[in-house]
Amino acid sequence: MTGMRMTEVGRAALLIECADGDHVEAWRAELWRRRERGELSVAEIVPGARTVLLDGVTDPADLARRMAEWPPPAATGTAEGPLVTVPVVYDGTDLPWVAEHWELSTEDTVDRIASAEFRVAFCGFSPGFAYLAGLPAEWTVPRLANPRPKVPAGSVGLAGEYAGIYPTASPGGWRLVGRTERVLFDVDRDPPALLVPGTRVRLVPA
Amino acid sequence: MDIVRAGPLTTVQDLGRPGWAHLGVPRSGALDPPALRLANRLVGNAEDAAGLEITAAGCAVRLRKAGTFALTGALARVTVGGRPACYGVPVAAPAGAVVEVGRAEYGVRSYLAVAGGIAVPPVLGSRSTDTLSGLGPAPLRDGDVLPIGPAATPSTVDFVPWQAPPAVLELRVRLGPRRDWFTSAAVEALLGTQYTVSAVSNRVGARLSGAALARAREGELPSEGVVLGAVQVPASGQPLIFLADHPTTGGYPVIAVVDDVSPLAQALPGTTVRFHGSER
Repeated sequence: MTGMRMTEVGRAALLIECADGDHVEAWRAELWRRRERGELSVAEIVPGARTVLLDGVTDPADLARRMAEWPPPAATGTAEGPLVTVPVVYDGTDLPWVAEHWELSTEDTVDRIASAEFRVAFCGFSPGFAYLAGLPAEWTVPRLANPRPKVPAGSVGLAGEYAGIYPTASPGGWRLVGRTERVLFDVDRDPPALLVPGTRVRLVPA
Repeated sequence: MDIVRAGPLTTVQDLGRPGWAHLGVPRSGALDPPALRLANRLVGNAEDAAGLEITAAGCAVRLRKAGTFALTGALARVTVGGRPACYGVPVAAPAGAVVEVGRAEYGVRSYLAVAGGIAVPPVLGSRSTDTLSGLGPAPLRDGDVLPIGPAATPSTVDFVPWQAPPAVLELRVRLGPRRDWFTSAAVEALLGTQYTVSAVSNRVGARLSGAALARAREGELPSEGVVLGAVQVPASGQPLIFLADHPTTGGYPVIAVVDDVSPLAQALPGTTVRFHGSER
């Protein structure tokens, strides 16, 4: 099968390694669909940057054999998830640095971010923290060498190939370009995270 | 139930909140699930009811109504209204009595179950305190009041066999998923040398010290989902075994996965750990 490789993880998990982020999204969507239809019994389906982890599997070797028979989902690169528009005040501490790094004016830097359509590639770091893919590879932004001890909740940052929004105040090494008032994570909401994997996201100027 | 003396770290724990890892929510839950399940069975609760996880230095609570409790996990002295009571059996406490759990004598984490269970409102399906993300009730403080649910009938057991935690902890591991990121010497060191549980271990992970595990390749691993028991190796080469409050994704390679991490809940700093490869 093309574009993926399966590795057993411990006694109850399986890691699917994909060629790129588009294949991760295709597999994540396919696995969520199959679970929804009752064809897959698994406790967790956790996408990563280049992998999808299936945790809480009774027999990982058997599942790997079954999955090898499935037709591989097409990695179209176009997300089909719902669109969430996040209003952002673009006044981040690192906006001038990012503008210089990209060799753009701050206005054009904001335009570049605001006109991108992002997709939630995966979550991690803290509940509701979504890694937003969608910036072209040549626009990657290095992380801060020394993370800040405290980044306020709602801060919008860039790091590597991703954009992200801090759901709560925490230490952080992302380059901060702005902030939003939207609540990223609320345990009384279903789902609790505003940005779940597969969601399309726009970071529009507030 | 009133918390008279919370001790350094006493938390509410049930069997955790699995199912939300894709949103970055750790599983959390009791570090020693068999001990919590047993305590619950002793007092007639469902096995997944919430109890107290008491770390090393004990705690004291007052039951406002008469009720039954049981202490399991790390062995510790228990008194009810100043009178000695038994470990590992259902104990009836009169209304207003102070239940005092002493310092752990063997092991690290004791579990106190009360008939009816601790009935704080669940968060994402669980009452567990997650020390990494802050979900669930905060670690307990002196003067806190916890609601208790309606009690069922306690079990009639009057003796539960107890085994002291072993002096050397033998853990079964399965290599991978990132064994190929390490030298074969690193794999041999993991399976062939002894490690020691470090004092900075907590609910997130058991840190070990011993032979450093050398990488066979440079660079960063793109963040990927991690499981309970993953043996993650950061830049220092000293392994870290993920426990209940572990982050859901990580960027350090995982050399192996421990089959059962619950014995680590009772491993004091300084405990010797040996890993054994497991047949596939």
